[in-house]
Amino acid sequence: MNKTLSFLTGFWGSSIGKKIVVAVTGAVLALFLAGHLSGNMLLFIPDEGHAFNEYAYFLHHMLHGAGVWVARIVLLTCFTLHLIGTIQLTRMNRSAGQKYQKETSQRSSLSSKIMIWSGLTILAFVVYHILHFTVRAGNEYNNPDLYTVIYDGKEYHNAYKMVIDGFNWAPATIFYVIAVTLLCSHLHHGVASIFQTLGLRTNKTESLINLGSKVYSLVIWIGFISIPISVITGIIK
Amino acid sequence: MTLNLTLKIWRQAGPDATGQIETREAKSIPIEASFLEMLDIVNQEIIQEGKDPIHFDHDCREGICGMCSLTINGVPHSKEVGTTTCQVHMRKFNDGDTIWIEPFRANSFPVLKDLITDRTSFDNIIAAGGYIDVRTGAAPDANSVPIPKEQSDWAFDAATCIGCGACVASCKNSSAMLFVSAKAAHLNTLPQGQPEKDKRVLSMVRQMDKEGFGNCTNQYECEAACPKLISADNIAKLNRDYAVAAVKEAVSMV
Repeated sequence: MNKTLSFLTGFWGSSIGKKIVVAVTGAVLALFLAGHLSGNMLLFIPDEGHAFNEYAYFLHHMLHGAGVWVARIVLLTCFTLHLIGTIQLTRMNRSAGQKYQKETSQRSSLSSKIMIWSGLTILAFVVYHILHFTVRAGNEYNNPDLYTVIYDGKEYHNAYKMVIDGFNWAPATIFYVIAVTLLCSHLHHGVASIFQTLGLRTNKTESLINLGSKVYSLVIWIGFISIPISVITGIIK
Repeated sequence: MTLNLTLKIWRQAGPDATGQIETREAKSIPIEASFLEMLDIVNQEIIQEGKDPIHFDHDCREGICGMCSLTINGVPHSKEVGTTTCQVHMRKFNDGDTIWIEPFRANSFPVLKDLITDRTSFDNIIAAGGYIDVRTGAAPDANSVPIPKEQSDWAFDAATCIGCGACVASCKNSSAMLFVSAKAAHLNTLPQGQPEKDKRVLSMVRQMDKEGFGNCTNQYECEAACPKLISADNIAKLNRDYAVAAVKEAVSMV
């Protein structure tokens, strides 16, 4: 037990070990986004939210309601490790370097330079997003009188109406679009970095990984901003 | 043909002294001169003025020793691809240019004087694992150990690292990953390096961390600055080898 613990702390304490933890947790979070987005695409089915509400019901009731909590715990653990790891690495990186009087860079992408800032914006966004649609603090989305819908005699939470009401408030929509844009930037560097840090990038796979990373971040970006924009422009109503 | 240049040079009297940029005109510099020869010309004038010349590292002046350093306009060894400072020629500059000349900057490379930095931290990493325990006796016959061509090519490419430190100097995090990964990959790719592969990777990475280098954030500035064009694929290999070695160490019985 002590040896296992010393291996884990040693791995976490080493530069590459910590980066591997960041890469693996980043991969979990990036894959979650794909799942989250594909579920949310049900909003575009013109059935006044029937499919989306049933999907939300399924998420909350799978494995007798335990499924959603397993997912939440896994995601929260990944998010926390990713956050602590990257903040520690950033602090170490800053203290290792010195400033040049004449600063230049040859190859770094803009998204790679702002990783910590895009990441911290995503943190703020996740907190807001959870308060907004999961805890539903400071709004009426938990009120069963307003947000209940009945299909075949069974009561469902009207998550569809919640999304529409949520995004009809312009400040929320603006913040969502900004945060998702920074998320796209974060993924653009992050997804490709996962492969490098896990040692899966070689000269044979490099171009494929770079292209995949661009495509993935663009799909996530277009997918997620399409929802608030469609709501505020009345495409989803 | 000659050039008149304005040099912005980092001057620092000693390791603990505060340095600053000094501006100096370099007049009538022949375009055939190498960058270091240009500094030689400037130094000659400084010596004739009775002042302290600009101190800089150099040795072979033919691009193979790894001794010369300097950042030229913010880029280690200048922005010329695959070129060491000593092989940069003044014909690459234009008359009237302002050139910024600074030492390689990283906390693990403390400045000793002017443009000279102490790169002992690299030696410490090599001493930690960048070797094979050689057997004594006669050299083995050529080709007595079969090595696939791809592997020998990779090992050779990695072995061309001259250990100059440009990777660290170009990295925003002062990470030494390109150097360490090249030195580890060179030996880890060859059959002779196999017995000590895991030990080597763990020791070199631990020493690298101990020397206070930063962490790689996959921006590949190092690859762009490397005078020997060492590939960042070596870094991916080091990451992979480290993960395997760390797990093997954790589950090993000895």
